Amino acid sequence: MPEVEIPASAGAPGWALPGSAPAGWAGRRVIGFCAVVRGLGAFALITLAVGLRKFGVATGVIRPLVEQEIFRVGIRLLPMFLFAALALGFLVIGQTVAVLSRVGAASELLGSIMVIVVVRELGPLFTAFLVLGRVGTANVVELGMARALGEVESLEAVGVDPVHYFVVPRVVGMMIGTVSLTVYLILGALGSGYLWAFVQELPVQPADYFSQLAGALTALDFVLLALKTASFGFIIAIVTCFFGLAQPLQLEQISRATVRAVGWSVVACVLLDALFIIAYLTL
Amino acid sequence: MSTTPPVPSPAVPVLEMRHATVTAMRNPEWVVAAHVNWVVHPGEFWVVGAPQRAGKSDFLMTASGLMPPRDGAVWFRGERLPIFEEEQLPWRLKLGLVFAGGQLLHSLSVAENIALPLRYHAHWAEADIQSRVTQLLEAMELTPWAHWMPAQVARSWSQRAGLARVLALAPELLLVDSPLAGLDIRHTWWWLDMLTALSRGHEIMGGKPLTLCVTAHNLQPWRHSASHFACLHQRRFRVLGDWAAVVAQPAAGVRELLRE
Repeated sequence: MPEVEIPASAGAPGWALPGSAPAGWAGRRVIGFCAVVRGLGAFALITLAVGLRKFGVATGVIRPLVEQEIFRVGIRLLPMFLFAALALGFLVIGQTVAVLSRVGAASELLGSIMVIVVVRELGPLFTAFLVLGRVGTANVVELGMARALGEVESLEAVGVDPVHYFVVPRVVGMMIGTVSLTVYLILGALGSGYLWAFVQELPVQPADYFSQLAGALTALDFVLLALKTASFGFIIAIVTCFFGLAQPLQLEQISRATVRAVGWSVVACVLLDALFIIAYLTL
Repeated sequence: MSTTPPVPSPAVPVLEMRHATVTAMRNPEWVVAAHVNWVVHPGEFWVVGAPQRAGKSDFLMTASGLMPPRDGAVWFRGERLPIFEEEQLPWRLKLGLVFAGGQLLHSLSVAENIALPLRYHAHWAEADIQSRVTQLLEAMELTPWAHWMPAQVARSWSQRAGLARVLALAPELLLVDSPLAGLDIRHTWWWLDMLTALSRGHEIMGGKPLTLCVTAHNLQPWRHSASHFACLHQRRFRVLGDWAAVVAQPAAGVRELLRE
């Protein structure tokens, strides 16, 4: 199991500035941050290399694990996502109708606003955060326990690659599951958006609403949406597996590792989202 | 497994440690044993005695190639450890390590744990895997717990499952970490009988004798089973010889390992 050094200070919440050596403290923080970034990059490359090199190896063991992950991410979270889709549609339409009605443009811009807000931005990011909260945290706890209880070493002892067994199925499952959940969420939010517009007696026919949606969507939206959501899934899986597995853990360190994994995942997803916004604006 | 490892010459030691410095996995600064020189030949049954928390597990992890020594080198059948190359994996799998307590995967049942290495490495039909797992479960007296999760099974039984998981890969050298620690008399006798039978050729292994290295905090129970003894004392590894040589040792560290 390749081990990557994670400084204890890096990304730790609740830190305090020592008065005596602020420059030293800041330096340690920067070095710690860089070490985690380097470790995450190395871990991602190792995972990709193992996934490609061992593609088709031990499919009888790995395929059920991938299916289990897809079920855990993409199917078991479905009821919660239906609720989230209803809420998202309500939030967006409620606010939009309230503002746009003042300038008399609510009916015309409803579809465009849903595409900009739900399809391009909130849908993927909201999905990523929900997946992180429900499955990403469980990943850190499960892998941290496996690490603390010596399961990684016991896999290595029987010649099973821990990255192949623990990480690759989670990455594949998380990527497929996140893409699927985003599609469910967006479809649900678009549907519930019309429902809320109807409840608010907005004079928009379903055909007009859906034609507005179709008019606002471009081929680039579909490509970038798929890329963005798959990348969110990849990032969450890599960061949570990294903090759970990449270095020896004691049981009492698992909760801290979970908190750090959530913090790093949120930051990484938001930064990636910013890159995609730039891509939308420039392409 | 894609390739079969070549049969080594009987003159080649099964395991060899030369000037190896063993450190602790949790704290690489901590030296468990410095400059270890140890040669294990085919068919030998070694017991390495050490007090609790002296680093027995780290010693076996290094001997099995899971952890590199800080200095020096470890060879298994003439190949330097650790072995990472895919092509040499069948060779590497001839070295089996049983962890204290078994260290089973908690997400798999006892039977699934035993089947895991077969499913991962061997291109066997599922029926053949099931048949081999059933055979191993019976030999370990684990059949009633086959479908239990490790957390539901007592440590003494988990350790037997750990042995079965390693035996599934038909190793030639078996390293067993503290098999008697914390066991009652019934389990203790079972382990002594099983390891003695494995070293002489157990039917579960097709009658083929295994080379064994076991760690223990008390050497007394092994006096009739093991052929060679060694000890870890004050960060040194000492080869003691056979049982007669052990009981003749005046050193206090060795006497401590002989207390009933």
